[in-house]
Amino acid sequence: MGTDTIKKYEKEFLLGLYERMFLIREFEEQVKFLFLEGVMPGTIHQCQGQEATAVGVCTALNNDDFITSTHRPHGHALAKGVSPESMLIELFGGVTGCCKGKGGSMHIGDVDKGMLPAIAIVGGGIPLATGMGLAFKMKKTPQVVATFFGDGATSEGAFHEGINMAAIWDLPVVFVCENNFYGASTHVNKVTRLKCIADRAAGYGIRGETVDGNDVLAVYEAAQTAVQECRDGKGPVLLELETYRITGHSRRDACQYQPKEERERWKNNEPIGAFGRVLVTRDDVDEGDLEAIRSQVEQTVVSAIKVGRSAPEPTVADLLTDVYA
Amino acid sequence: MSERQLTMAMAINEAIGNEMRRNKELILLGQDIGPYGGTFGVYRGLYDEFGEDRVKDGPLCEAATTGFGVGLALAGMPTIVEIEFIDFMTLASDALCNQAAKMRYFFGGQVQIPLVVRTPIVNRLGLGAQHSQSLEAWLMHVPGLRVMVPSNATDAKGLMLSAIRDGNPCVFIEHVRLYGQKAPVPEADVPIELGKLRVAREGKDISLITYSGMVKPCLDAAEALAAEGVDCEVLDLRTLAPLDREGIWSSVRKTGRAVIAHEAVKTAGVGAEIGQTIMEGAFDYLQAPVVRVASRDLPIPTGTLQNLVFPDTADVVQAVKEVMQ
Repeated sequence: MGTDTIKKYEKEFLLGLYERMFLIREFEEQVKFLFLEGVMPGTIHQCQGQEATAVGVCTALNNDDFITSTHRPHGHALAKGVSPESMLIELFGGVTGCCKGKGGSMHIGDVDKGMLPAIAIVGGGIPLATGMGLAFKMKKTPQVVATFFGDGATSEGAFHEGINMAAIWDLPVVFVCENNFYGASTHVNKVTRLKCIADRAAGYGIRGETVDGNDVLAVYEAAQTAVQECRDGKGPVLLELETYRITGHSRRDACQYQPKEERERWKNNEPIGAFGRVLVTRDDVDEGDLEAIRSQVEQTVVSAIKVGRSAPEPTVADLLTDVYA
Repeated sequence: MSERQLTMAMAINEAIGNEMRRNKELILLGQDIGPYGGTFGVYRGLYDEFGEDRVKDGPLCEAATTGFGVGLALAGMPTIVEIEFIDFMTLASDALCNQAAKMRYFFGGQVQIPLVVRTPIVNRLGLGAQHSQSLEAWLMHVPGLRVMVPSNATDAKGLMLSAIRDGNPCVFIEHVRLYGQKAPVPEADVPIELGKLRVAREGKDISLITYSGMVKPCLDAAEALAAEGVDCEVLDLRTLAPLDREGIWSSVRKTGRAVIAHEAVKTAGVGAEIGQTIMEGAFDYLQAPVVRVASRDLPIPTGTLQNLVFPDTADVVQAVKEVMQ
């Protein structure tokens, strides 16, 4: 991300990217505290450090384009426009949450925002996204599906089968691999001989590309190209976004498998700080602008938490609804 | 004028063809379902009429094919997936049991999944352990799924119409031995209400509770027993989920005795569920313990050994005699 790239875009657009990435960070940090305080039920899989992948890809999508997500869905949801209130209510198990308090952290989503419920079986969302892609193609709508998954999912049969089906039928699906180098605790080098996950694309006869997943503009531009290819009937595309999780895999994970030096290096290159440093090289942006965004986002999250904590719980009658249509 | 007779395969074909004419968004997915007409020929003629976009031959990947069907259904396109043998449902199970069956619930009712998975039980043909099973109890065990088990062409048409129009994930279990059996099938499209068993033969002494491939052996047993003065009532369950508990109770309260018959292995089979259902709603009426007739708890062997595994009419007769003593 150079100072030249940053000058190509409108200030408002760039500050919007910054704001959405910071919203994800702040949301995740506050949720982490709520868990540590013991006031939030369930478990959580968080995405601190991976904000640029979610925001870069979702910014390249329209509201009626769809995403599928994983057990680590908070960032994707916020980036696609799901409201922090409806997510926090859901995390607290409230009946007015985005899944009526029945889904929890691992199934966050909102159809009106173009997000299926997050799918917590690794790789499980890939065939579904592909099927949606065929529906869009058959209905002749210009919609695109972006399916997020991690490096771990690329060892799943569902990845191979789903991507192959999308390839043979030229479906409008962007396969977004967030390569954070660890499937839970297992390094990606232990599970594939390939240096690059994007190289797998050749095996399916489609285009693949590896991108710096901590550079929000690089992600955005790569996603925009991929989305356009899909809209033009030249999909699917496999995007590999290299990033790093600077928090645990799940609530109790202290990340001892991440070498200290590696972790520090990635922390120093975490996407929000990196983007902020480039942003202020513009004449029309200064640290005060960023500070104002941060403090506004903090307020948003504080009030969303307040709403979340006070939301009504489901009743026994709610238990029995929505099993069948 | 005699009523029109169709084979069960033709009845299913007719139901699907008529629904495809009525609903232009309904599509078929599977392997060898195009010009080949499906492994057992159920789709004969549909490819010629509806073309390759709606009768879609895909790669050999049951997992992604089923997940793909879920994705199509989520995007508003009702889909019928064919799995060539019920034994291969093991491959389809994540998409079906973890995704399709649960998604509406954990998503707070935001989506509907109009998906039918058709799959046949294929047995007594010497095909060995991986092509001879009856896995319906596994599927009945998953809340969120519907499970149909027709025993004849008449019911197969009505139940298939209901399955397609139901709007929920349905597993439609056919039986290869019944595909060629003829029965009167109305030309009009009349759906059969799910969760309503059929009294295949009225009787007052004992209830034979069965479905799919064991209905005919039970009717034959009832005829043989009638000659000996035992008046059997034969219940054809037609759907396992929902299960017609009231219908079972009503019969057993009348007869005071019950034999349950199925071709699946005995342990943790459908018979266990029905037996316990009887305990819960008709215990006070029982004059003798409930008996199960089922396959032996073995992988299915080929050759002559298989004949020692599956139950037949004589086994039903013997079980009834035990209960009547």
